Amino acid sequence: MSRWIERQRNILDLTLSSLLRRKRKNAALFAAYTLIVFLLASVMFMSHALKREAASILAGSPEMIVQRISAGRHDLIAADAAAKLSELPGVQEARPRLWGYYYDPVTGANFTLVASGEAGLDPGRIAVGEGVARMRLASVGDSIEFKAHDGSLLELEVGEILPRGSALVSSDLVLVTEADFRRLFGTPAGLATDIVLRVRNARELPTIALKAAEIYPDTRQVLRDDLLRTYQAVFDWRGGLLVIILGGGLLAFIIFSWDKATGLSAEARREIGILKAVGWETSDVILMKSWEGMAVSLTAFLGGVLLAYVHVFLTSGVLFEPVLKGWSVLYPAFRLVPYIDLSQLAALFFLTVLPYTVATVIPTWRAATVDPDQVMR
Amino acid sequence: MIELGDVRKVFNAGRPNEFVAVRGISLSVEAGKATFLTGPSGSGKTTLLGLIGCMARPSSGRIWLQGRETTSLPERFLTDLRRRTFGFIFQQLNLIRGLSALENAMLPAYPTGEAHRSIRKRALELFETFGLSPKEHARAEWLSGGEAQRLTIVRALINDPAVIIADEPTAHLDTALTLDFLDVLGRLKAQGRTILIAGHDPLVSESPVVDRVVSLRDGMIEGGAG
Amino acid sequence: MILDPAILALLAGSVLISFMVLYAGAFAAGILRRWDIKSGSEGQIALERKTYLVSTLLAYSFGFEILSFFLFIHTAGRISGLFAGAMCAAGSLNVNPFGYPTLILKLANVLAAGVWLVLNHVDSRAEDYPLIKPKYRFLLGLVPLVVAEAVLQTAYFLRLDPDIITSCCATLFSSGSSALPLGMLWDWRIPLGLILYAVSAAAIGSGLFFSIKGKGGGLFSILSVSAFAVSAVSVFGFISTFIYELPTHHCPFCILKKEYGYIGYPLYAALLGAVVLGAAVGVLGRYRKRGSLAAILPQFLKRAALVSVCLYAIFLLLATLKIVLSNLKIGGY
Repeated sequence: MSRWIERQRNILDLTLSSLLRRKRKNAALFAAYTLIVFLLASVMFMSHALKREAASILAGSPEMIVQRISAGRHDLIAADAAAKLSELPGVQEARPRLWGYYYDPVTGANFTLVASGEAGLDPGRIAVGEGVARMRLASVGDSIEFKAHDGSLLELEVGEILPRGSALVSSDLVLVTEADFRRLFGTPAGLATDIVLRVRNARELPTIALKAAEIYPDTRQVLRDDLLRTYQAVFDWRGGLLVIILGGGLLAFIIFSWDKATGLSAEARREIGILKAVGWETSDVILMKSWEGMAVSLTAFLGGVLLAYVHVFLTSGVLFEPVLKGWSVLYPAFRLVPYIDLSQLAALFFLTVLPYTVATVIPTWRAATVDPDQVMR
Repeated sequence: MIELGDVRKVFNAGRPNEFVAVRGISLSVEAGKATFLTGPSGSGKTTLLGLIGCMARPSSGRIWLQGRETTSLPERFLTDLRRRTFGFIFQQLNLIRGLSALENAMLPAYPTGEAHRSIRKRALELFETFGLSPKEHARAEWLSGGEAQRLTIVRALINDPAVIIADEPTAHLDTALTLDFLDVLGRLKAQGRTILIAGHDPLVSESPVVDRVVSLRDGMIEGGAG
Repeated sequence: MILDPAILALLAGSVLISFMVLYAGAFAAGILRRWDIKSGSEGQIALERKTYLVSTLLAYSFGFEILSFFLFIHTAGRISGLFAGAMCAAGSLNVNPFGYPTLILKLANVLAAGVWLVLNHVDSRAEDYPLIKPKYRFLLGLVPLVVAEAVLQTAYFLRLDPDIITSCCATLFSSGSSALPLGMLWDWRIPLGLILYAVSAAAIGSGLFFSIKGKGGGLFSILSVSAFAVSAVSVFGFISTFIYELPTHHCPFCILKKEYGYIGYPLYAALLGAVVLGAAVGVLGRYRKRGSLAAILPQFLKRAALVSVCLYAIFLLLATLKIVLSNLKIGGY
């Protein structure tokens, strides 16, 4: 056993000194390898982190939302439907929500306006998300002008800017009082945007949804779990799309490494010949080349993963933002919670190290099976 | 020590560029003696050395090493045997550029699984014997002709082989260095090792160190078998 | 189809592995036909050179194959969140009829790959390739299995449709399910437990005997495979229920989850390692006295048996600890 270890150690010794001697020649390959790992790792880290964020945020949202559908479109619902729905067995609480989108012509952004009974909001005052504050260059105490439904202007004072930590959901949020909301949008009293239900037991949801549909046949019931699943699917899909696009880059890298491995320089060939002549077996040479490949792979892998970590979690993935987060003018500046798990690294390993290894196996073997007596000539 | 029985080596058999390098050679190499193989280029000296030194397998015929037949051994076993039994000195020196003299000397011992430390110790002792100690860390390409020659000898000795094989070792050496080299060979012979040299150099063939001269021509021994 | 990077990685991986194994298989066929160790002809030398390639290809292929098995299970667990009704890998594997067959075939291939690697290792320690023909015949048998696995896995992933409602392990593996008679296994937990300990003790005992005396390797091999089978059944028969502290929860996949301390991984890894080595002892046993193997094989087999025994012991220890320390008592609630 110790012989085997010593043999590995000796061969590794030569491998490392060879690699260091040919730094410049291997530099291009190493850079390309690290780049590929970096790109793929960034995509995976980012989509995973976003999925987890979405999941943790949705965890706090209501189990079911009841919306009225009119002519196939989402329409306002009677606010007193809430009272009726709260009587259904299993429903803990049902309350009406008032919210909508406001298009701001000044910045070209869409804000989400929510009527909230939050303490600290008097009529005429609003709480805004940091994205809104940023776009409108408003701080606490400043006023923002909104264009009401009847063309008049409504000035609302910023009472509070929502904390940065919640930026992913609150960036484009504006919290107003109910009165101001109705004044702005002209929503008649007695009507709400939708009704949210809190249900204690998840297993009762299908039954409650059915009953709600019976009472109010013109509504649809949106379950939180469906939302969660949709988010996950979207992030998966986007992440997967990027991976496929990067597949082109991956292929180019594989061809490059195969080419490099086949086109061994005369110097390298001579060295292998010498090794075989002085008593190295083919398997010893293959071992050396394998160690070379492994050293390069591991270093590139670690380097790429580290860079991706910095990229995604410290700079919030600057390079990928547009694709993964969706197309929006109003962009939250936020930090993703760092999260890596072993399966991501394993998948990364399969997508990068495995193809590289496969591409170099045959050229390696061919270089190693040189006849020692050729060297004598 | 080494026996060859009607050995033949054919390259590219069955193809238009078929070439018979060695045709039916039978030879007996005595242990502890120095044998010199001579003959014009193309006479098969290098191929014969390769066959004797277990670098290649004969197309037909049989080879025995210390009583054991090595003809059909697979590469793996053959290489292990070769490593332990033979030390090679090449015409073109064949040192790896960029590696230090010490590393070059230690290479043949790496695959044996011997501890790095013990290989190094032995290499340094040999360096001492051959006056190469100050050049331990020098890169192989910076050594002078004589130093490089001595390094190849150290490399050949690293596994303490019973047989030394040298292919045209004095071809690029001047008289002084050649005589030095022959002196070294004499000392190695005194240690009980068997020496095999191939070449044209009359200084070697006529040296008292050489016990026997075998002439080759066209892949066969001139004047019958030995 | 779900475009998840891990799934893409698994698919790409299985394609590459299949490619390497097919290539190796083609060479193996050639080698089997023309191999003649005694000849010094150029053809034979070329064949010997090729075996280096085949060995290297297969070492990499099977190494990655084993890794991909764990990645597959982990991924199935992770995507369970996308399917209504699934809470762990049991549900996601049930989404279409290719899930479980893929898993079973993957498991079989991992075990076969493990045994092949052991065979290859022994062959490479001997000087004259004594096991080359059996090794390559074995390989040729494996090639269709590996390709089939890649096909099944691809079919499984391509047919993953999040709109399908699948069953959770609670329904698949619960006592009330008609699919498996698990309720019976819980009721019979005490006799089953006794059988597990008895068979394991026999396997461990014969393994220790073999590793000291060098006799009875065949018996040990049979016992070790039996112990594997009994252990596997025990895991979802009752060991899992003690881990979950719920007599109706038998799922073999949930024990891989974080909530249970990932205990599934060491349990399964120990079991797989133990059975691979145990099976290898049986397979290699008949070559013990052959030619160049006589010098190295007996020693190797003894050591392999010892490692196998240790792994079984680890498995038993972990399982026993979990049962004893569980809040669920052996007598029920």
